[in-house]
Amino acid sequence: MAFRAAVITFPGSNCDRDMASALEAVSGQPALRVWHADADLPDRLDLIALPGGFSYGDYLRSGAMAATSPIMRAVITAAERGVPVLGVCNGFQVLTEAGLLPGALLRNAGQRFVCRTVALTVENTASPFTAGFAAGETIRVPVAHHDGNYFADAETLDQLESEGRVAFRYAEAVNGSARDIAGVLSANGRVLGMMPHPERAIEPAAVAALGGADGRRLFENILANFATA
Amino acid sequence: MQVRVLVRLKPGVLDPQGRAVHHALEGLGFAGVEDVRIGRLIELDVADGTDHDTIKAMCEKLLANTVIESFTIETAGAQG
Repeated sequence: MAFRAAVITFPGSNCDRDMASALEAVSGQPALRVWHADADLPDRLDLIALPGGFSYGDYLRSGAMAATSPIMRAVITAAERGVPVLGVCNGFQVLTEAGLLPGALLRNAGQRFVCRTVALTVENTASPFTAGFAAGETIRVPVAHHDGNYFADAETLDQLESEGRVAFRYAEAVNGSARDIAGVLSANGRVLGMMPHPERAIEPAAVAALGGADGRRLFENILANFATA
Repeated sequence: MQVRVLVRLKPGVLDPQGRAVHHALEGLGFAGVEDVRIGRLIELDVADGTDHDTIKAMCEKLLANTVIESFTIETAGAQG
């Protein structure tokens, strides 16, 4: 099955190789690598992935500078055309700063960087990203962040919940996120931002060290539902 | 022309940094501190005559995230 994914690298991204490796492991196809200063994306993409890290040193606010980079203009245009976008950790922060997802990621309520494998509840199984999970299922995925405390006003949170756009919730206390939100979908279900790192729950070694391969299932969903023939 | 932009977390947005600093002030023995909120001061040197709307656009597009932050713009002798 042909699968064309692009992984964007910003200065300070540090999970871009993990993301490319996860996509390659699941799809068997090389992931295309794109630099933040590029103005154009490769054509016919099945997925754009924004990786974790500390783009631009988290200057101003996490993800704020990356959201203004040349490649993000192309990502926004592509997302508006319906090209699927996955943002993980810093990638999620970039998506909120770029206005592709609502809300913002604040400093963790406990002030500390949190780095461990956490339990998530799958809330939405209707999106192409989450269709292969069971509703209410608990999965285990690593987190590693300082600014993962999801915030949006009550009206926006109500809207996200009523429209089924909360993809994942934390099943344990992690960072103080509003309504325990760990991952959010766009209105059309084709943009997913999440703080946990599915790309770190793929390989047998990581499975042994970090506690599971549930991340692989997310990528399998992506491959099954977004790959073009 | 010197412009100062003050960016603050909106009321109701949790400020764990402010809370930690509040706690530290109390630990140092300073009594009577009711609350601490931490914001950001951005000093801009812009061309003379840059209009307020342009600076406001800079704030809305980049300097502040209006989902969580409010901003005020101070130019020499003026405020708004």
